[in-house]
Amino acid sequence: MTAVITRRMVIKAALIAGGGLAFDISAPVAAAGDGTIINAFVRIAPDNSVSIGASYPEIGQGARTMLPMLIAEEMDLAWSQVRAVPTIADEKAFGQQITGGSETTPTTWLPMRRVGAAVRQQLLAAAAASWGVDVASLTTADGHVSHAASGRRIAYAGLAEAAAKLPAPDEKTIRLKEPAQFRIIGTARAGVDTPAIIAGKPLFGIDVSLPGLAYAAIEMCPAFGGTIASADLSKASAVPGVIATLTLNTGINPGGGDDAVAIVANSWWTANKARETLAIKWNDAAQRAHSTAGYDTAARKLLRQKPQAELVRSGDAAAALAQAARRVEADYHYPFLAHATLEPQNCTARFKDGAIEVWAPTQWPEDGRELVTKALGLPPSAVTIHLVRAGGGFGRRLQNDYMVQVAQIARAVPGVPVKLINSRSDDLRHDYYRPAGWHRLSAGIDAKGRLLALTDHFISFGADGKTLRAAEFNKAEFPLQLLANTDVGQTLMATNVPTGWLRAPTSNAMAFVFQGFLDEVAAAGGRDLPTLMRELLGPARQLPDSDGMPGFNTGRARAVIDKVCAMADWPKTPPGKARGFGFYFSHRGYFAEIVEISLNQGEVIVEKVFVAGDIGSQIINPGNARQQVEGAIIEGLGQAIAGQAIELVDGAVTQANFDTYPLPRIDATPAIIVEFVISDFPPTGLGEPSLPPVIPALANAIHAATGKRLRSLPLNVALAAA
Amino acid sequence: MTVLLNVNGTPRRVAADPAKPLLWVLREDLAMPGTKFGCGAGLCGACTVHADGEAIRSCQTSIADAAGRKITTIEAVAATPAGKRITESWAVLDVPQCGYCQAGQIMAATALLAANPRPDDAAIDAAMAGNICRCATYVRIRAAIKRAAGAGA
Repeated sequence: MTAVITRRMVIKAALIAGGGLAFDISAPVAAAGDGTIINAFVRIAPDNSVSIGASYPEIGQGARTMLPMLIAEEMDLAWSQVRAVPTIADEKAFGQQITGGSETTPTTWLPMRRVGAAVRQQLLAAAAASWGVDVASLTTADGHVSHAASGRRIAYAGLAEAAAKLPAPDEKTIRLKEPAQFRIIGTARAGVDTPAIIAGKPLFGIDVSLPGLAYAAIEMCPAFGGTIASADLSKASAVPGVIATLTLNTGINPGGGDDAVAIVANSWWTANKARETLAIKWNDAAQRAHSTAGYDTAARKLLRQKPQAELVRSGDAAAALAQAARRVEADYHYPFLAHATLEPQNCTARFKDGAIEVWAPTQWPEDGRELVTKALGLPPSAVTIHLVRAGGGFGRRLQNDYMVQVAQIARAVPGVPVKLINSRSDDLRHDYYRPAGWHRLSAGIDAKGRLLALTDHFISFGADGKTLRAAEFNKAEFPLQLLANTDVGQTLMATNVPTGWLRAPTSNAMAFVFQGFLDEVAAAGGRDLPTLMRELLGPARQLPDSDGMPGFNTGRARAVIDKVCAMADWPKTPPGKARGFGFYFSHRGYFAEIVEISLNQGEVIVEKVFVAGDIGSQIINPGNARQQVEGAIIEGLGQAIAGQAIELVDGAVTQANFDTYPLPRIDATPAIIVEFVISDFPPTGLGEPSLPPVIPALANAIHAATGKRLRSLPLNVALAAA
Repeated sequence: MTVLLNVNGTPRRVAADPAKPLLWVLREDLAMPGTKFGCGAGLCGACTVHADGEAIRSCQTSIADAAGRKITTIEAVAATPAGKRITESWAVLDVPQCGYCQAGQIMAATALLAANPRPDDAAIDAAMAGNICRCATYVRIRAAIKRAAGAGA
């Protein structure tokens, strides 16, 4: 084995018993600049197939396909040689393992390519040494090294012994390909799990199978934060098939509560049915005072009062508003939303001899490990987490409540593997919700329609001046940085609802508020939104970084706006149709979108959506990229008009299934036209940034069609069409 | 109690409560987890299987009701002529994102194609609107059905 530690990269090559060559490489995430590393393993088998560890959680965003693509490209492999191997969760072995924030692409783009290039370099050196020729005279393709002058060609696998003896390559000598040389990156590659999915093979967390597997169902307090006053589990314990019943408390939520009753049985159907026999009294009087109707009444009162805290302030907004030729004022609102992953939350665990093994469809395994070690009083090394494909994430699985619950249940039945499954109503009623919010906006424009001042009073959730998760305000919210007079204040209300990140968190709400309102401002000045946007953006330039994220680039914004307008031939509108525009910058991506609708007997039909996006210099997997955009567009439209809103009555969510929490279906799917603006910036992620603009674009299209402004989500289409 | 089922052409004797839904018998008793649990109420279509060729929701079908019918699941649907065309088309167009709903989608699409070899958009919408895809792969689902029908690439 050779191990060379350079300042930045650690490369280890070793022979595998039985043949083949193993590389373990640790690569720093240069962009993070904080010592974050990502580790990769590459195993070249004697048959020249190459296994590549795909260490990021897969939730349908394509990471298990993309990471091997990056390595295989620089290794010069044929894609057919590549096997993507799932890994366990282990930060020591794999470095960062989290799927969230559309960060997989920006954090892996260079490190994973460097990994592939380093491996190729070592194989080249091995061939040069074996053949006694200069490295520069060698070429690689399809997992082979060739020497043109002598006509020799050898498979990578044939170089295992020679490569294992060599010192690791000097990092300074590692050269990445030029984009023109790419043969895998930039080509559509089907998901590595697609064949197994189509064949119905077990892949997902809920499919985990272990000898002697038992199943658990869980009863949680309907009102968030309630605790158990008394629980009679005797009838449930007597149900045939039931193995154990227990009460538990995960202690995760700072607000307390988290009490639950679990039933373990030889069938989930049996365990879940046995819940009907439970007699539980909850302490939830304080929690029952919470309701979304109550929040709405309180928020609308607070909107009229002075904000609790100042968030953004520049110039003198009050004076500018007073002098404005015209003022525009409006209140906007959006509801709590659930994630509703189609695979309900579930997790499997086996507790044995003071250690626990967990099979978790999670986006953030290390957070789960921390919670489990704390809840069970175990050292981190006693917790093994297997990463299992998740049936959708959308941010829900960044929370690991199910992991702690199943760990506590498994501890109660040592040696027995237990799979905890949430029913659909458990899943909808015990989520970490996109928080609701209320905004009172004012704008002043001059005689030419130019925006002089903008103010917002944002009613959000939190306590003691601290906003809840995903309830924050981004101080770089567009167009605050571009205006001379701004004033944004915030008032926080208390809630018992656990909140969390939903695909494009905060942006999925703020885009609607600010792009909807700017459409009103543009109209008040007799112009359209793209025209106002171009004026606000001004010349191409990079604004300062904000909260550790790269600053807003006005030129990139302008380019996608121009692009989508050209695609749709804006401002022309086909007869019988109406169009609306929306732009948003989030998760490093720039997206401008135009929604085309028609009205049919009071119903809004979304006919077409034009999308122009800039996510940098390279679309890594174009097929998957298009899918991510199409999915995000349909999801955004669903949030806008399918009727999604989580309602709280007596401290508990009323929605229990897809009849009252509707998801978009195939018959509401418009034509979606997607084009990417290729720019000279590093590639960035695509899970999230295309979603936010479609919501205001639809609201603005409804205004264009009906003259009515819908300022509350979900959009009450009947109101507009009346 | 024992119930005799016919699953994918094989007789299967199941010792379970006759009221137990076919979904959970497939997943728990017969070790066939390809059929998925989504809502438990017949609202999402993730659990779709065929009974005598007809698309049904296995979460709403007791094994007592399934007995005597020929049940086909995702594990074997590719062996049917329509299922072969649909699954091939699904692979070529790389339809899945997370993939969780796709077994149900494929079962619904296969039943559609077997009954209507040349479905238009309206027929596709009508047959597929009961199947939710949370990732919203609907654009490709539509294209894949048309491709399988030979009506487009």
